Amino acid sequence: MTATAVQAKVHPAVKGGLELEVTGVSPQTDAITSITFVDPSGAALPSYVPGSHLVVQCGTGANAYSLTGSGTAPSEYTISVLQVEDGAGGSRAMHRLSVGDRVHAARPRSAFAPTSNATHFLLVAAGIGITPVLSHARSAAEWGTAADLIYVHRPGAGAHVAEARELLGPALTECGDRASFQKVLAEKLTTQPLGTHLYVCGPLAFMDAVLDQAREQGWSTARLHSEAFGAAELDAGEPFTVTLARSGTRLDVPAGVSLLETLESAGKSIPNMCRKGICGECAIPVLRGTPQHRDLYLNDQEKAENTTMMCCVSRSQDEELELDL
Amino acid sequence: MSTIITDKDLDTAVLPERIRRFPFPFSADSYRYSANVEPAHKTVPTEVGSWGSFLIDIDEHYLSELQEREEILNKDPSRTAVLPHMRSAVWDAITTLLPIMAEEYPHAMSYHREGNACRWTNTLQNLELEFTIGDDDSLPMGPLRFLGSQIQDDLVFLDPREDTLWLDAGLVTFAADWSFGFDVGMKFMEVHTPVPRVQTEPVINRAHQFLLRLQPGEEFRRTNWTMTIGQRLDTSTETYPQWGPDRGTIADDPDLPSKLHLRVEVQHMLCLPHSGAVLFLIRSYLLPLTDIAQVPPWRERLGHVLAELPEDMADYKGITRYRNAASNWLLNV
Repeated sequence: MTATAVQAKVHPAVKGGLELEVTGVSPQTDAITSITFVDPSGAALPSYVPGSHLVVQCGTGANAYSLTGSGTAPSEYTISVLQVEDGAGGSRAMHRLSVGDRVHAARPRSAFAPTSNATHFLLVAAGIGITPVLSHARSAAEWGTAADLIYVHRPGAGAHVAEARELLGPALTECGDRASFQKVLAEKLTTQPLGTHLYVCGPLAFMDAVLDQAREQGWSTARLHSEAFGAAELDAGEPFTVTLARSGTRLDVPAGVSLLETLESAGKSIPNMCRKGICGECAIPVLRGTPQHRDLYLNDQEKAENTTMMCCVSRSQDEELELDL
Repeated sequence: MSTIITDKDLDTAVLPERIRRFPFPFSADSYRYSANVEPAHKTVPTEVGSWGSFLIDIDEHYLSELQEREEILNKDPSRTAVLPHMRSAVWDAITTLLPIMAEEYPHAMSYHREGNACRWTNTLQNLELEFTIGDDDSLPMGPLRFLGSQIQDDLVFLDPREDTLWLDAGLVTFAADWSFGFDVGMKFMEVHTPVPRVQTEPVINRAHQFLLRLQPGEEFRRTNWTMTIGQRLDTSTETYPQWGPDRGTIADDPDLPSKLHLRVEVQHMLCLPHSGAVLFLIRSYLLPLTDIAQVPPWRERLGHVLAELPEDMADYKGITRYRNAASNWLLNV
C-alpha cells in the first residue's frame, strides 16, 4: 500500500494541532495494533502528562487513544488501537494505517493524570485499558515511585504484556479470569501502604466493580481514579444557525466550531480575550432562542435570562438563535 | 515639574525603554476586578510603544534584579520552597522555559537536549553549563534556584489535585505585600482569602475553574497592579518594617512624584506539559509617577483610576493614605 497524503479536510477537533507520520505498525494481538508516530520534520514532540490521550483524525471522524509512553520528552508517540467491529469505523480506519501515512492529531490532552503526591500507585487494567496505565507505570518508574499493576487479560490476548513484565517485575499480577482477579483485588485493596492512589481503566462495568469494592474497603473517593474508554469524547456540540438581526445575515455554526469563530469568519469583529468562557469580553446580546451556556462568566440568574451569551464557548439549545448584531 | 510634556504630539522616540515597554494596565478610567486573561505572546500596543510579545521578558534590569534576588535568597531561604512531590514540576518548568528563552533570545541563549543531558548557554551571564534532567545535584544550587537565576519573574507552582490547586512550590523574592513562605501548601482559594469582595464577586472562583481546566502546553497571561514607594521590588510581608512606614509619610513628601511607583505585574499562567502543574510567572515592573506623567494619556487615566477606586480595594492595595495625593498630582488639581 502506498503512503497516503494527510487528509485534506482537517477535523475541527484537531485543528491547529500536530501533523504526524506513521513510522511503525505492529500487531499486539489479533485485535490490537500499536501505531507509532513522529513529527515528519524531525522536530521534538510535545511532552505529555502520563495517562494522556491523543485525538487522531482518521477517516471522517476523530478518535481519542491513550499514549503508552511516560510522556518525558518523547521522540515518538505510540498508541494501541483495539479494532471495534461494531464501532463507527474509526478503529478500522486506524488499523489500515501503514508506515509513511500522515495524520492530523491534536496536542495530547490530560484527563487521567497521576496524583503528584501519591507515594504508591495501585494500577488496575482490563484488556485495552492497559494503555494509559502502562503510561503511568513508566512514569512512576522514571520518578522512582512504587507501583503495583493488576492486569486482566485473556491468555494470549493481552497487549503490552512483555513490556509490563519487564517494567514491573514482581509488582505485576496477571489474571486470566474473573475469579482469580477477585482474589487478587481483594488482597491488594487491603494491603496497600498509606498514600496509595488507585487508577483503573477498562470496560465500564469492570471499573464500577473495582471502584465499588475499593469504597467498601474504606478507600476515599479522592484516592480513586478511573478512565472509561471514550471518556475523552469531544464535546463538539450540535450544529445550529444564528440570524444577525441588524443585517438579516444567517450563519451556520457547525459542530466543533465556536460561534465566535463563525462570526469572525463572516467578517464580524467581536471583542474577545480568553476564548475560554471566563473573561466576559465576548458577550453578545441574544434576542430570540435559548443559548446552551457553557461559560463560567455569567451567573445562574444571568444564564436563566438568556439575553446574553459568551460566544467563544456557548452554543444553542434550539436549532436557531437570533442575535442583536 | 520640568519633565512634563505638554505637546500633544508625543515624540515616543525620545522616551526611554522603561516607558516604551511598560505594560500600562488600564483600559478605562476606573478599575474593578475582572478575569482579564488572554493568550500569551500577544503584542499589546500602548500610546508610546508595546509589550507582551515575549513570554520571558529580559530588560535593562536583568543582571541587577537577579543579583538582588540572589541576595534576598541568601538572607532569607523561606522565599523558596519545593514540596517533595513538586520536583518533577520544577524540572518540567526548566525543560519548558529554557528552550523558549533560547528561541526568544537566540543571540544570547542556547539550549540543547540529548536524552536527559542538557547544555545551556546564557551569554548575558557568561554562563555555559551542562546538567542532567531529573538529577537535582547536577545544578549547583538545585533546579528551582537555578531557574530563578535565569529569569526576572517570580515563580509559583500550583499542583492540581482533588479538584483544586495547591501552592506547593515556588521562588518569590519580589512579592507585592504577601508572603510566599506563609502561603506555601495552601489551596488557591485559601491564598486569595484576603482579597476584598472575594465572597461576593465570583472572579477568583472563575479564575480557579479556568486554571483547573487548562490543558498542558496552554499559555495565558493577565496583568495586576498596585503601588510601591521607592524603586523597591521586595515588598514582601517579611520586610514590611523596612517599607511599610513609608506609606504613612509619602502623601506629604515633596518627592512623591519620583518616589511613588505604579507597580504592574504581568502574570503568565502555563500548564506545564509533562507534570500538568500550573506555573505562574510573575514579572514586576515599577514606573515612577514622573515617568507616567511623560505620557499624558497615562497620567490622566491613572489619576482618575486612583481617585475613583473603592475604599476596600484601595485598603487592600495599601494605598489609602496617599492615593488622593498621587491622584491630585497626576490630575494637576
